[in-house]
Amino acid sequence: MTGFADILIGLSLLIGALFTFVGSFGLLKLDMPMKRLHGPTKAGTLGIGALLMAAMIDSFLSGHGTIQHILIMAFLFVTAPISALFIAKVHIHTGTCQKPPQPSEDSQWATKAVVDTQET
Amino acid sequence: MARTALRRLLPHPALTLILILVWAILNSSLSLGTIVFGAILGILIPQATVAYWPDVPRGIRFGKLVSYTLLVIWDILVANVQVAWIVMTKTNAKMKSTWVNIPLDIKTPEAITMLAGTITLTPGTVSADLSDEGHCLLVHALDADDADAVRDDIKQRYEARLKEIFE
Amino acid sequence: MMSPEVFADYALMIAFVAVSVSQLLAMVRLVIGPGAGDRILALDTMVINGIGLIVLVGLYQGTQVYFEAALIFAMLGFVSTVAYARFLLRGDIIE
Repeated sequence: MTGFADILIGLSLLIGALFTFVGSFGLLKLDMPMKRLHGPTKAGTLGIGALLMAAMIDSFLSGHGTIQHILIMAFLFVTAPISALFIAKVHIHTGTCQKPPQPSEDSQWATKAVVDTQET
Repeated sequence: MARTALRRLLPHPALTLILILVWAILNSSLSLGTIVFGAILGILIPQATVAYWPDVPRGIRFGKLVSYTLLVIWDILVANVQVAWIVMTKTNAKMKSTWVNIPLDIKTPEAITMLAGTITLTPGTVSADLSDEGHCLLVHALDADDADAVRDDIKQRYEARLKEIFE
Repeated sequence: MMSPEVFADYALMIAFVAVSVSQLLAMVRLVIGPGAGDRILALDTMVINGIGLIVLVGLYQGTQVYFEAALIFAMLGFVSTVAYARFLLRGDIIE
């Protein structure tokens, strides 16, 4: 039983290490600011999720079992989209990305609309 | 009368339950003291923050919310493998990243927030902006041949389910 | 065929190396930029990798005392990312 848990910990660690690395590698490799957002926001969160999973299994293995790590995981999964949205808004605001198309229904994107009201 | 008094005491019942649960996990105990103090926090915090979240969402179908969450977790796992493969193997020139414009059918802020979060966490897409009146969502796709296909996929897979849950 | 304990130990070492290298890669992106948005994203990634390193140190030493550190790091990292982005968007953090 302990052996099986150890294998599970090892696999989670390897998966977490792989995805964390891919996230940061994507951050360095991709060439456009908006593309770079994709690497860390997804691969990063799943990588840390797998590392936390390994820590959780280890805590049950060593006797004082706890599922506190779920909290960090949930917090990261809730906040990662918000950080990504804010960074995307910065890219749109500063114009470091391709110009987005016009929205099909309303007059303007929210980030641009703020800029327009400040200018007039 | 009793109903309005209860509503004033617990403006967000689901938030109260979640706060008690988080407090119990944080202390990693299920003793009576933990639950009671969690309940005190769970009553005080929603009352302190109700001014910033006045329109309480009603009639959420929790059964469908659970199955939606499971679907999203599965999609996150699959999507991560796909994105990792794209990032590691494709060269920058071969990646066709585009903007996708998604007209929204859902209207409540909670549903739109859930949709935007889901889009960011799943296959090669990041939600970037909302239009000024809240009827369109701007999404950036990492590697998509056809922007319309991405839009239809998101609308069918996630938005239709969220519409069932929230409206 | 190695025993499960040895496999877990090797996996821990590999994870340490991978997360440390990720931290270095993110730091290179932080230095070369080119835009402010890229630097915010690099800092966000470094915070996430830092949480990973804290979790790994906790695993290595076999204690639970690093849990609070990781949780506070996650919260501060999120708030600082939003504050940086907000400052660039509005020129003001609290309006």
